[in-house]
Parts: sequence; structure tokens; C-alpha cells
Amino acid sequence: MAALTEEQTLIKDQATSWASAEAPVSKFRAMRNEGTDIGFAKPTWSAMVEMGWTGILVPEEYGGSDLGYLTFGLVLEELGKQLAASPLFASAYVGATALLLAGTEAQKSSHLPRIVDGTEIVTLAVDEGPRHAPARTALEAKSEGGKHVLTGSKTLVLEGMSATHFLVVVRSTGKVGEAQGLSLFIVPADAMGLSRRAMKTMDSRGYAELNFDGVEVSDADLMGPAGQAGEVLDEILDRARAGIGAEMLGVGSQAFAMTLDYLKTRKQFGAVIGSFQALGHRAAELFAAMELARSCGEAALQEIDAQSNSVAKACSLSKAKVGDFLHTMSNQLIQIHGGIGMTDEFDAGLYLKRARVLATLYGNQSYHRDRYARLLGF
Amino acid sequence: MTAASDLDGFRSEVSEWVQSNFPSALKGFDLGADSPSDKGVSGEFRAWRQALADKGWGTPTWPKEYGGAGRSDPEAKVIRQEIAKAGAFNPIPPMTGMGVTMVGPTILEYGTDEQKAKHLPGIASGEVRWCLGLSEPNAGSDLASLSTKAVDEGDAFILNGQKIWTSGAHISQWCGAVVRTDPKAKKRDGISFVMLPMDQKGVETRLIKLISGASPFCETFFNEARADKSDLLGDLNDGWSVVKRLLQHERQSQTSAPAAVKIDQEPLQEQAKRYVGTLEDGTLADPDLRLRVVENLMDAEAHKLTVSRITAEAKGQVKVSAAASILKNSMTRVAQTKAELTLEMMGNQGIGWEGEQFSEEELRSVRDWLMGKAMSIYGGSAEIQNNIISKNILGLPETTQQG
Repeated sequence: MAALTEEQTLIKDQATSWASAEAPVSKFRAMRNEGTDIGFAKPTWSAMVEMGWTGILVPEEYGGSDLGYLTFGLVLEELGKQLAASPLFASAYVGATALLLAGTEAQKSSHLPRIVDGTEIVTLAVDEGPRHAPARTALEAKSEGGKHVLTGSKTLVLEGMSATHFLVVVRSTGKVGEAQGLSLFIVPADAMGLSRRAMKTMDSRGYAELNFDGVEVSDADLMGPAGQAGEVLDEILDRARAGIGAEMLGVGSQAFAMTLDYLKTRKQFGAVIGSFQALGHRAAELFAAMELARSCGEAALQEIDAQSNSVAKACSLSKAKVGDFLHTMSNQLIQIHGGIGMTDEFDAGLYLKRARVLATLYGNQSYHRDRYARLLGF
Repeated sequence: MTAASDLDGFRSEVSEWVQSNFPSALKGFDLGADSPSDKGVSGEFRAWRQALADKGWGTPTWPKEYGGAGRSDPEAKVIRQEIAKAGAFNPIPPMTGMGVTMVGPTILEYGTDEQKAKHLPGIASGEVRWCLGLSEPNAGSDLASLSTKAVDEGDAFILNGQKIWTSGAHISQWCGAVVRTDPKAKKRDGISFVMLPMDQKGVETRLIKLISGASPFCETFFNEARADKSDLLGDLNDGWSVVKRLLQHERQSQTSAPAAVKIDQEPLQEQAKRYVGTLEDGTLADPDLRLRVVENLMDAEAHKLTVSRITAEAKGQVKVSAAASILKNSMTRVAQTKAELTLEMMGNQGIGWEGEQFSEEELRSVRDWLMGKAMSIYGGSAEIQNNIISKNILGLPETTQQG
């Protein structure tokens, strides 16, 4: 764990005790069993708003506390341990980040206070195909005299069923596959011609597929200059990746704790199975991978807070290394638990499923290995 | 804030001193795998070693009375950084063998005032080289089963037995050895740690030639060798705790020594581009190799970040972070994989043993690759490290299967 300030320690402790008391994995399971389109329980979300977590990234002038990315990461990690579901990440982390980095003053003062008080859920809509590839954006904006008409579709939009606004990545100029020519629009969920459909994913969260059938927006809805959102989009996505990295650390460290506990209690051949060297060594390898991953995950958040010039590298490192650890850890969670790990009644499966969804969000490990190499010039 | 600006002041003091004392003739000198001693080096080298020793900056954190400078860890770091920045080097640690990294810190902790006064100044000045007699032919990973005997003969112990993998024993003046002083006790309880001079009739060394062609290690034979009672380190029959501490220092020196990495070394990806070439989009022409290179670079970065995280966590805390236990294996994996990738990218040029068809860099890469195989064996093998993590860090029970 990084060296924390007193305030960060307080918030982390608050998140730990709140999540285990008020939003334990059993609550997530109950929500899943009921089956909802929005993918979270409303009281859980309201409690998070009340605790002020929605304002962690938001400057005080817009009603937030401006405590930074590492602080938010601590909360995401603790929530990850319990698989606590809410729009906190999509709206108060990614949505707020996008507004802060790309929004106009009018957009910021209109939306940020409402993100903080929970009346708006603002989420980023970027992916369109099976792979995360912002340059392959095809959703088209036809612009004329201050009016823009959006046509196309988006997939895997986080909290897409509960969102009040979408921050939509669109193509203003150029061809699919080009990094240039992208714009970012803020579009209300009830805009004419915009429809959404729930996507039932294995992690039981609230994703949506969006269809834009000639949705009309104006210059006032444009975030930054048209056709030039590529660079700021990268910055937004990097922050989102580091946030996912923090949640992955939480999911992974909980999976490790469950596995270690099982190694110490399950008996076979007259001994606890953790006394078998093959399993002791496997646990040691997993522990090493976890510690290395933690360093990468925390460093990315710290680099963002420090506004360093190596944020992109640090965030790709986090997404890839924490992703690799969680991949192995979630598989071993099932393997070491044996038969019980295969049953739906046991929680292991919930962690495995969440792990795979987190891996695919904003680029999987192979995406980020490739990106890291490009950033290093090979 | 005051501390930081004090450190800045100290930095400029160090920088100025290094500038005016480091002989320019020594720039680019390769400390490398050679084991320099005062006999085999130039007058400038000796003068630079002595100048550093006079400041106590060869071992800056050691107390002044024993030849150190009584400096804090951050100040020691400043000294390391400024020496590196000036293209200079600190020759004292390599000149003392195991002296600065392992023996000295252990004497500081376990030694009597007499022992400290007798042994530390010679290490701090770089004039006395130390080797360690730990492993034996039948006591490797299972070190506690060692059988070299030490018999009490009044004011001395008389040693009989054989040690192996004693680095630099043939050129060392002193040896720290673990010996069995109570053959009847349980194996960990009958061990003591003694220090003895190498220049005596009862000590003989023989070089071991390794697969890399180098011979950095010896077999060391004790035949009625003598260690003064006053050179017993720690309590009689409590040598196992001394050894455990010694090995902790060893692991630390193996994992947190960024100084060992040459600053001007060409990055792995640039070396890869030079040998393999690039495609039109600037990516490496061998996409499979490219992915493995990037993974290695990421692993190296993750290791580096973990070392800094442990340092940050350690501030103001006595307890060593649990993460420190993983560093040896992580460092080893990064280094061994890097060595493999280097040979692979060199291809036909990466298999040379000697001769002018191969560049110096290529020949060195082959030898380094072979030498690197030792990293997962010495100082507690990779498997022993995992035993330590699973038992001491994770709290898993003693293994029920003999392994």
C-alpha cells in the first residue's frame, strides 16, 4: 500500500468498513438474483452519494472535495473487494474526469454539481465493436450551421441503462481507423432518436447498447473543438484505465484472501492443503504477482495526481500488469477451491466473471502491451 | 521542507567534492566482474579509494568511529546519485568482497565493540576483502545440515571441514564461516558464526570453473584452521540467527542495488531494433519477440516501482513491508529473461564463445546469460524463496511432504 495521507487513510477505512457492512458481496448476489436492468441497488448508490464519494475528483467550486485519483482509487479498490455495484465509477470518476478535462465552463457548472449530488449519471460511450479501439469510431456527426446530426451505435456503455447523459465519442472527419477527426458530445439520454437496450453481461452490471438514429445536438453540446478530441480522449481513457486498475486490485486481493483462507482450512490426505509444497509455492507466486501489480496500479494513480508526463505509460502498465495478475488469480481462485469453486452458491464465480469484464474494459492486456511498446518507440 | 532543502545543500557539497576529487583518468573504468584490489590498480584508483574512505563515503551510513560517515539513508542515496552523475564509482564495496554488503552490517548488529573496532574500519576503507564460508558440498539449500566442525581449544576454535561457493576466497584476507560447535544439539541449535584470517596454514582454496568460463567461486578447505574465540560473532551456538540476518542483508543487496545497473546502458528495445529491424509502422520486425520484450520491460518497471513503494512505506515504520520478500525472485526473473531475450535478438551473433567474428558486446552477453543462471540458485534458491514467502509471510503451515 502506498504511503497515505491522514485523509486518505480515513476515507480508505470508511470505505472498507462501509463496504463490508452495507454492501457485502451477498448484497450484490441478491441484486443479481432479482435481476435488474440498471445493475445496482438504489439505496447502495444513495449511501455513496451521501458519503461524498461522488465529489472526490470534483473541485470545491463545483461542490466536490478535490481529493484526487489515488483517493478515489482507494475507494474503488475497497468496493471491488465486495463487488459492490453502483454508477460511482462510470459517473463520478470517468464522467467527471471527461467534463473536467474536456468540458466548457457552462458544461462543467451545469453537470458537475449534479454528478456530485447524484441527480445526474453521466457516462462515457466509446466502444462500437468487439474490441476497444477508439480510432475505429464510426458513429458519424454530420455538421451544418451549428447543428450536428449523430448516426451510429455504441456498445458496452457503463451504467448505460441508468445514465441521464452520455458523453459520446463521434467521428466528425476522416476515415474509420484514423486517430484524428474525433469529437466528444454530451447528449441527454432522452434525446430524440436515441434508444438504448440493456446488455446482459456475465458480471450482472448495467451495460447498454445505444442506437443513434439522426440524433440532433448543437454546438453547445460539443466538448472542445470539433474533430480534435483524440488527444483529450486518450487522457480521459487513461484515467479510466487507472480506475479499473484500482478496482481490479480490490477484486484480485479479495480473491487472494479467499484462496489463502481456503489453503489454511481445507483438509485432504489428513493435512491442510496449504501444507503441500506445490500449493504453498503457487500461493507465493500469486502473492508476488499481486504485490508487483499493486505497485503498478498505485503508481498510475499517483502519476495522474502528480500530472506527470508519463501518465499514458503508467496507465497502460497498470491495466496490463494488474490485468495479468487478476486473470491468473481468478483462475486459481476456482482451481484451488476445486468443486466448491464451480458452484454458483459459492462466491468465486462472481469474482471470476467480474474479472473478465474488467479485463476487457478500455483495452485488455494485449492492447496495453502493444500500446506500451508503441509509447517506448517500438 | 527543511529536510528537503538540507538535502539540497548536502547534494551540492557532495557534487562539488566529487568533481574536484574524482580523477578524470578513471572515467569509464569498468569495475565489472573484475575484483580490483589496491595491488592491481593505478595510483589514481588508490588515491580515489582513499579519498572516499577518508570521507567515510564508501559506507556512508556506518558510524564515523568505524570508518563510515554517520549519514542517513536519504543522504547516502544523494552520495550514490552524485557519484553516478559525475561518471565516477564507489570502488569500496566490490573491493571488500562480502564486506560492505553482508559482513559489515551483521557485525554492526551482532558484534562487540572490540569486534567492530577491529574489523569495520578495514572494510569501510576498502582494504580488507571478506569471503563467506556458508554452503558445503552436502549443505546447499539445506544449509543448517552443515558439518564443518569447530572444536573449542581454549582461546581458539579449531576448524575441520569443507566449504563451497566461497566467492573470492582465493583473494580474501578474512572469512566469516558457519560451523558446528555442538554436534549433539538439533541441527539449527548447534551452529556458531566465526571469523578467521585466510592467510594461515590450515586454510586452502581451489577455484571452481563455471559454465560461463569464469571462476568467481572457490572450494575452501579447513584443515586444523584456527579462529580466535574473540572472533566468535554472536553467541555460541546461536550462529543460525546470525546467518539468517546475513542472508537478509544478502537478499537486500541483490535486490535493491540499482547502482549495479549501468546508467548509460542501451535500452533493450533499442538493442532489439538494432539487431532485428523495424516494420514500416516503426514496430519491431519480429512481432513475437516484440511482445516478449515489452513484457520484460513491464516486469522490470513493476519491480522498480515495487522497490520504491517499499521504500516509501518504510518511512517512519520499523516493520519491513511484506512485499520485500518477493524482490529476489522478481529481480531474478527480470534479469534472466532479459539475458535470454538479448541472445535471441542477436541470433547467429548471440552464440559466440570467443574470436573476432563476435563483438565484445555479443561475447559478454553470452557469458552474462550463463552467469545469470546462478541468480535463481544462490542466496536461497527461487524455491527456497517461495518456501519463505509461503511460511513466513503468508502463514501457511510447514510442508507435510518432504521436498
